[in-house]
Amino acid sequence: MKLVDQLHFNLQLLRRHRLRTGLLLLSITVGVASVIMLTSLGEGARRYVEQEFSSLGNQLLIVLPGRTETTGGAPPIYGTTPRDLTIADAEALGQLPGISRFAPIIAGTGRVSYRSFARDVITIGTNADFFPVRRLSLSLGQGLPADAASLAAPVCVLGARLKRELFGNANPINQWLRIGDYRYRVVGVLAERGESLGLDMRDMAIIPLRSAEALFNSPGLFRVLLEMKPQVSQELIKDRVRQTIRRRHEGEDDVTLISQDSVLSAFNEILTTLTAAVAAIASISLIVAGVLIMNISLISVSQRRAEIGLLKALGASGAAVRQLFIGEALMLAAVGTLIGIAVGEAVVALALRLFPDFPLAAPWWAELAAALIAIGCGLLFSWYPANKAAGLDPVRAMRGEPR
Amino acid sequence: MIELQQLDKTYLLGGKPLHALDQVDLSIEAGEYIAITGPSGSGKSTLLNMVGLLDRPDQGRYLLNGQATEQLTEEQRAALRRAHIGFIFQAFHLIPRLSCYENIELPLLLAERSRAERRQRVDRVLAQVGLAKQAGQRPNQLSGGQMQRVAIARAIVLQPALLLADEPTGNLDQKSGREVIELLEALNRDGMTLLLVTHDPTLSDRARRRLQMVDGRIVSDTTL
Repeated sequence: MKLVDQLHFNLQLLRRHRLRTGLLLLSITVGVASVIMLTSLGEGARRYVEQEFSSLGNQLLIVLPGRTETTGGAPPIYGTTPRDLTIADAEALGQLPGISRFAPIIAGTGRVSYRSFARDVITIGTNADFFPVRRLSLSLGQGLPADAASLAAPVCVLGARLKRELFGNANPINQWLRIGDYRYRVVGVLAERGESLGLDMRDMAIIPLRSAEALFNSPGLFRVLLEMKPQVSQELIKDRVRQTIRRRHEGEDDVTLISQDSVLSAFNEILTTLTAAVAAIASISLIVAGVLIMNISLISVSQRRAEIGLLKALGASGAAVRQLFIGEALMLAAVGTLIGIAVGEAVVALALRLFPDFPLAAPWWAELAAALIAIGCGLLFSWYPANKAAGLDPVRAMRGEPR
Repeated sequence: MIELQQLDKTYLLGGKPLHALDQVDLSIEAGEYIAITGPSGSGKSTLLNMVGLLDRPDQGRYLLNGQATEQLTEEQRAALRRAHIGFIFQAFHLIPRLSCYENIELPLLLAERSRAERRQRVDRVLAQVGLAKQAGQRPNQLSGGQMQRVAIARAIVLQPALLLADEPTGNLDQKSGREVIELLEALNRDGMTLLLVTHDPTLSDRARRRLQMVDGRIVSDTTL
């Protein structure tokens, strides 16, 4: 039978059994759509992380005090080393060739109070370069003064939410508030921006480095952010940083270096694997759809015994009959895939409108994989029923006799 | 045209062997009109299937137009069926979702004929069986006699040399049965070989050659 005639013949069959066709299409559609929707969640997460990192600039090198060499655990977030990373260390690192900017950070929790309002928030002591290095912008006022690294000026910059909770809609600039036992004048407010690398910049007070040193009574740095010049090799800079630290720390480079690239690629790898895993889970529903196709094809074979016998008597070979049945399943799978892709993409597009911050998008391979799996399942699971049909004894089939 | 030599076929039925054809020898000339009679289980239908290339013998030879058929592949046998043999069944076996036209078109589709040729051939046989007006109707809108005439049209649309009919009037009332048999006889007069399996003595009495089967053997073969 010619392909076009086969298509027409099967189309008539599918149209005649609307409910059966509709249910099978539905099952394939759900399978394909779920592959696309779930993978787009995974891919969205990956893009989200990528976006977060690149908003920091990918030339960032983070220096943490302490190092876990033998245990292989996570890098120590709060220093657990006998030697602190000091402000002098940070300045030495900042002078290295290849470093364009640096921002030492002292962090702690401080009680910020203004009149009767008080909030316990993370308070960061740093220098003026912190703002460009972290790509932070201000909605009001200005950043820290240029001499923030050397002079303990009583000024602070507030996160957007902290400002709202303390001052409401009033202008906070040049108002005085308290952090711990010290008084600070508000000089700027950060622009509204979401979380960044797990640090909620909206709920934060930023004060000069020396002020934080006094406030927390500690010379140890929480970490140092280094911005590298783009043309310089990151490995070279890492080596220089380690050498500098070794020289200053009695021969021990007891710091942990995290570069933007290594973290990003680790995240990328994890999330891509996650997306693939989610796709695999979603394709189980396609396999279920395939089993459904097999089931219904088997029923169809036994219902159409007479017709199959007739086709054989009219000159169809077993192979032609098999082809008809497989063709029917493939048509269903193909149409179901198309509808599934349309539905999946529509849902993703809708979700994207509702949550524009989360960059949902099906990865390029999701549609291909869904289509291949759907059609593969159609082929695989129609094989047995089709063979059964092909092997029917035509005369007995036409008489309605059992095998 | 057809030469059966020492044809043997045994089925397993409920675990027991059933000798459906037992050393059958039969020779059929082109243009013959043959009726096969016999009790149920005597092997008439098996013989019809053998002749129609729907079944393979365990032993023996079957020559169709001088060509041995036992060793042919399924595909080749299907092609021979299309080219030489038309089937008519007791239960008509029209596909209910297809119109009369489309039912008759089926063998042409299987033979991969062009659309234009299909139209021309279907229209001609529709006229031949007197159902040109019913072309677009579904089988369930037709009477039994009309359905069997559609089935005949389908069987002859590729102009086979051999027409095999299994109880063609078994599901019909007397009047439509007579119309159908007259149509088949008319085709036979035009040169088509007609092989008829029937219980009905009034039907077998009309044939020029009568075979009677019992227990897989041809026990009598009379030609008028």
